[in-house]
Amino acid sequence: MIDSNVIRVIILREVKKFVREKSRLISSIARPVIWLFLVGGGLSRLVPDQGGVSYIQFIYPGIIGMTVLFSSIFSAISIIWDKEFGYMKEILVAPVSRSSIVLGKALSGTIVSMIQVFMILLLSPFLGISLDLFQVAEVLLIAFMLSFCLCNIGILIAVFYDSFESFSVIMNFIVMPMFFLSGAMYPVNKLPAVLSWLARVNPLTYGIDGLKNVIFPLSGGSVSDFPVGTDLVIIVLTSAIFITLSTLLFRTRLK
Amino acid sequence: MSAISVNGLTKKFNGNVAVKEVNFEVKPGTIFGFLGPNGAGKTTTINILCTLMGADAGSASVNGYDCSKEPDDVRRSIGIVFQDPTLDKDLTAYENLLYHAYLYRVPKPVRRRTVEDAIRFIGLYERKDDLIKTYSGGMKRRLEVARALVHQPKVLFLDEPTLGLDPQSRAGLWTYIRRLPETMDMTIFMTTHYMEEAEVCDDICIIDHGSIIAKGAPSELKSMLGGDVVYLIADDNKKALGMIRDLLDIEAEIKGDEIVFPTKKSDTCIPEIIRTLGDSVRSIRLQRPTLNDVFLKITGREIRSEHADSGDQLRENIRAYRRRSDRQ
Ligand SMILES: Nc1ncnc2c1ncn2[C@@H]1O[C@H](COP(=O)(O)OP(=O)(O)OP(=O)(O)O)[C@@H](O)[C@H]1O
Ligand SMILES: [Mg+2]
Repeated sequence: MIDSNVIRVIILREVKKFVREKSRLISSIARPVIWLFLVGGGLSRLVPDQGGVSYIQFIYPGIIGMTVLFSSIFSAISIIWDKEFGYMKEILVAPVSRSSIVLGKALSGTIVSMIQVFMILLLSPFLGISLDLFQVAEVLLIAFMLSFCLCNIGILIAVFYDSFESFSVIMNFIVMPMFFLSGAMYPVNKLPAVLSWLARVNPLTYGIDGLKNVIFPLSGGSVSDFPVGTDLVIIVLTSAIFITLSTLLFRTRLK
Repeated sequence: MSAISVNGLTKKFNGNVAVKEVNFEVKPGTIFGFLGPNGAGKTTTINILCTLMGADAGSASVNGYDCSKEPDDVRRSIGIVFQDPTLDKDLTAYENLLYHAYLYRVPKPVRRRTVEDAIRFIGLYERKDDLIKTYSGGMKRRLEVARALVHQPKVLFLDEPTLGLDPQSRAGLWTYIRRLPETMDMTIFMTTHYMEEAEVCDDICIIDHGSIIAKGAPSELKSMLGGDVVYLIADDNKKALGMIRDLLDIEAEIKGDEIVFPTKKSDTCIPEIIRTLGDSVRSIRLQRPTLNDVFLKITGREIRSEHADSGDQLRENIRAYRRRSDRQ
């Protein structure tokens, strides 16, 4: 059952808090800029171009993916904060369906991610990447699906933890490995076998690969690892699996 | 029909019994006090009543709806102020209450007005667009009460509504709360361990270690103690003692340097004693029994002992700390 009232409350609240909190807004723009120009710009000099794509351009889809990853997980694990500071009780004691709470959290995290992706898209001219309107729409669509998927993974994690201390555990053992094993910084097929296998079970890999496919349509597969159809099917399937899991767990663990 | 009905309610946490076969009924339109020391099981009982927790045995119903089988109906008909704060500090007072109105489907035409009225009612209208971060503890508590009333619940749960407030704010909050049954046709279920606050209740249950140890109206409970206690010092206590015994035909005794005796008719016996003993009375004082004395009589200890065991003390400190850091 879907309660639009609780979904609306959660979205309004998260978006308002995101826009209001200047430091979060600024760091969400600063992080991709730093990665692109400091890391990407530096390594561009060492790494040869691939199919007409320079290294700084190569990591652009990866940096969009990174932003979506951080933003989605951050939004989702605000559930831990809500539990700690009590606001979750205000929501749980209201006459609203539990699955709508999960859906609202996932959607609000997705919307916050989309705001950030939109801002990173404004950087593309500075990297010599020109995107037509259709490509922009494709990027937004893939980012949306990826973010929704990652939000549900975040919710699943957040349901298990009750305190802030868990934050660094989540960052170091889930978020950072997901980022580095995603093809964001290097092609998945160039990784050693074990790592390449790990990258293949990471949903972020397919999101970033999808972005590579639509941002560099002319590179003829020299930049991406999988066909765009595979990427989309896998993201949709993983989303479906994780929203089911997160809803079930949320229901049992938070009553 | 009772507003709240609880039968044989039992809840265990990892084998430790927190609530043990508790029974009580709350009549509609009354203020019901649930009293007990730290860890007695008050919050656990509220959590079960407001559907946030399942019971291990027994049943509970609110407004005629079963708490475990019809949770949505229960939720729709109750309002609650939790023991620990649940406002979003990064939102304004207005936003906190508006979102609450959405959650409870307050209809659009009256939504804004209801929220504004609620904020005005607790005297925070000028600050409605300030972030909760900037509110004092007492203002936040008042706002939480106002929020719980936005959707006009039939039953209002208040879990230690005045915890951590200064005496002035406490008094202010109580004058506000005690009007609610009449003005809003509401039943109130409250917990506290300030026994003197429980005087506003129509009925009281005292709970200790998960079990109910006394029930009744405050006056009934206090009358169990045999009335008021008179303390008297005379020039010659021995002589005075004999005279008092003859005069009132009661069991008076000497404790320390005072003559002590209980009486049900303190108002008339004091003038009588003074007439009889005359100038030899050096001091006389009367102590009315409090609910604290009731607790002391039943359990042999104070409800809020001076030497709280370290666990309780620690919890209090953590709570006080949380409220402080919350305020910043
Ligand atoms: N989630 C929990 N897990 C384990 N034990 C719990 C839990 N909640 C409560 N308890 C235990 O159950 C008992 C009753 O706790 P409860 O919070 O109901 O007490 P209380 O009467 O509200 O006390 P206080 O006046 O301190 O708020 C305590 O011994 C407490 O340690
Ligand atoms: Mg409690």
